[in-house]
Amino acid sequence: MGVDVWISILISICAASTPLLLAALGELVSERAGVLNLGVEGMMIVGAVAGFATAQVTGNPYMGAVIAVFAGAAFSWLFAFLTLTLVTNQVATGLALTILGLGLSGMVGESFVGQPGIRMEAIHIPVLSDLPLVGQLVFGQDLIFYISIALVFGVSWFLFKSRAGLTLRAVGDSHVSAHALGINVIKVRYLAVLFGGACAGLAGAHLSLVYVPQWVEGMTAGRGWIALALVVFASWRPVRVLVGAYLFGAVTIAQFHVQAQGVNIPAQFLTSLPYLATILVLVLIARNRRLTMINTPSALGQSFVPDK
Amino acid sequence: MRIELQKRPIASRLFSAFSPFLALLLTLVAGAIMFLILGKPPISSLYTYFVEPLTDTWSREQILVKATPLVLIAVGLAVAFRSGNWNIGAEGQYLIGGMFGAMLPVLFNDWQSPLLLPLMMLMGMVGGALYAFIPGILKARFGTNEILTSLMLVYVAQQFVDWLVRGPWRNPQGMGFPGTKSFNSSAVLPELWATSDAHYGTIIAIVVAVIVWFMLARTTKGFEVAVLGQSPRAGRFAGFDAKKMTLFAFLLSGALAGLAGIAEVSGSVEKLDDKLSLGYGFTAIIVAFLGRLNPLGIVAAALVLALSAIGGEAAQITLQVSDRAARVFQGLLLFFVLACDTLIHYRIRIVRPRRHISQGVA
Repeated sequence: MGVDVWISILISICAASTPLLLAALGELVSERAGVLNLGVEGMMIVGAVAGFATAQVTGNPYMGAVIAVFAGAAFSWLFAFLTLTLVTNQVATGLALTILGLGLSGMVGESFVGQPGIRMEAIHIPVLSDLPLVGQLVFGQDLIFYISIALVFGVSWFLFKSRAGLTLRAVGDSHVSAHALGINVIKVRYLAVLFGGACAGLAGAHLSLVYVPQWVEGMTAGRGWIALALVVFASWRPVRVLVGAYLFGAVTIAQFHVQAQGVNIPAQFLTSLPYLATILVLVLIARNRRLTMINTPSALGQSFVPDK
Repeated sequence: MRIELQKRPIASRLFSAFSPFLALLLTLVAGAIMFLILGKPPISSLYTYFVEPLTDTWSREQILVKATPLVLIAVGLAVAFRSGNWNIGAEGQYLIGGMFGAMLPVLFNDWQSPLLLPLMMLMGMVGGALYAFIPGILKARFGTNEILTSLMLVYVAQQFVDWLVRGPWRNPQGMGFPGTKSFNSSAVLPELWATSDAHYGTIIAIVVAVIVWFMLARTTKGFEVAVLGQSPRAGRFAGFDAKKMTLFAFLLSGALAGLAGIAEVSGSVEKLDDKLSLGYGFTAIIVAFLGRLNPLGIVAAALVLALSAIGGEAAQITLQVSDRAARVFQGLLLFFVLACDTLIHYRIRIVRPRRHISQGVA
């Protein structure tokens, strides 16, 4: 295979990895604040349908992406209100969010099924994008891809270098101590959950405006769940999320290419690969107890009721 | 304005009995608002969803058909959730159970024997239990997150069954449609009464619900489930083994999901095809919570959810409302159930912002 083919494969890996990366980064921040939100799949698909619908109506995919961010955040507010204000069980509430999101998006999106989508075109910087080899790969992708990469470092800096990030991690590790220090635990957690929702919404928009670009019911196809697994895989570290998301993107693309080569393996088995890979990765990570123990936010999944 | 929770000294009996009903009521109100937004008459729409299916025989039978797998799966999930094991992959265990059970009539299509049906049911349970054993043993052995592994296996099971019914198990006389040969009559669960769609799976489901209710409420095993679920530490002091409980919870819930699968295949579809995965495994999660993780409550909850599903199909025709509206209802219902359960342990107070902190009144 020529170099051009490899470049185009790398670009398609970026496209497959970006939604995973975005959703996982959002969930990472939420989990670092101690909130386990299993509704990623639901928030993502709500973002996907909101983004697609907005782009169809306004004709502007960027508008679609902005609305998707707000839709994801608004949808995650439901989860925040239940788990943080009404202290419901986080696991069950997250599942409810996913079920509701899949149903709601199916209903809203019904009239958009089969419509040709509006693709968010790759950006083009004169000279730079036209460079041989790296031009398109580095300087000629879609805007959401650049946002996702910037977010990796932004989130990393925020969590480990800023005071607000320290506060957020304190809330996730011991909400009782954080509360005693005068930190508004519930407020920090609300903001973290909303950030997670916004990221998942943008991830959904990438699916329906860049990767596929169409509306297909249930088009997230478990990516929200894989994003949750990536956070565990990355032991709650943003840069490792980047690595994990791209590994998964590579597995997905490799599977397409194997299918396209007409290798004599049933398509269904190849489609199962990313899911099986997720299980394998979870097992390998869980075996390394030290790594998991050190990084898991200690208050993850626990409710907090502030005393007066 | 702010919402504040105040812990009740003891759990409210009133709300533990009424919170599911309150949740249903709130779902109806939310549904009425949704229909208003969609431009449909709210009251008559709700009537279509929740009353009309009760008025004719065909719909009533369909409710039983749909409630059957929901009861079987949700009863198993109730045991798993109570013990603190989050088996989210019942949909996959249901599929693999259906596939295992179908193995006999598919591979030995002409075999007729009174033993066949019991064997198929048993095989269904074995299939579901084996498939659930994977996330169970991974959690017990390595501490792997069971929510994610059990869910990933749903996608794998869907792909696998899809491959079977399009590939090696496809009926060669099926005009190219995916699906196995139809089963012979001795591999089909008998109908409850002549010319009905309702089948004996419903009886099996009720018997299972009663047995599991008895186990949870009256036996040491049930006590162990409750203790380990509420406080793993206390369970350890009592000499209960949390790892064995994880395996037990997954094997039981998997077996019941598998039984639901083969009961659906044998009683309703009468062959294995590509449309077995209808989301019962996920709806059953809602059923389990609406039934307050109590097998008898689950029977009632399954009937409510089945009713709304049948109502949803009717609404699609008479109201031109998307059949996805039923799923929105289900999602809302779970939200309201969880929110109303808060009332059991907390009093909810709405507080105005405090203005006098500086004066030391706070």
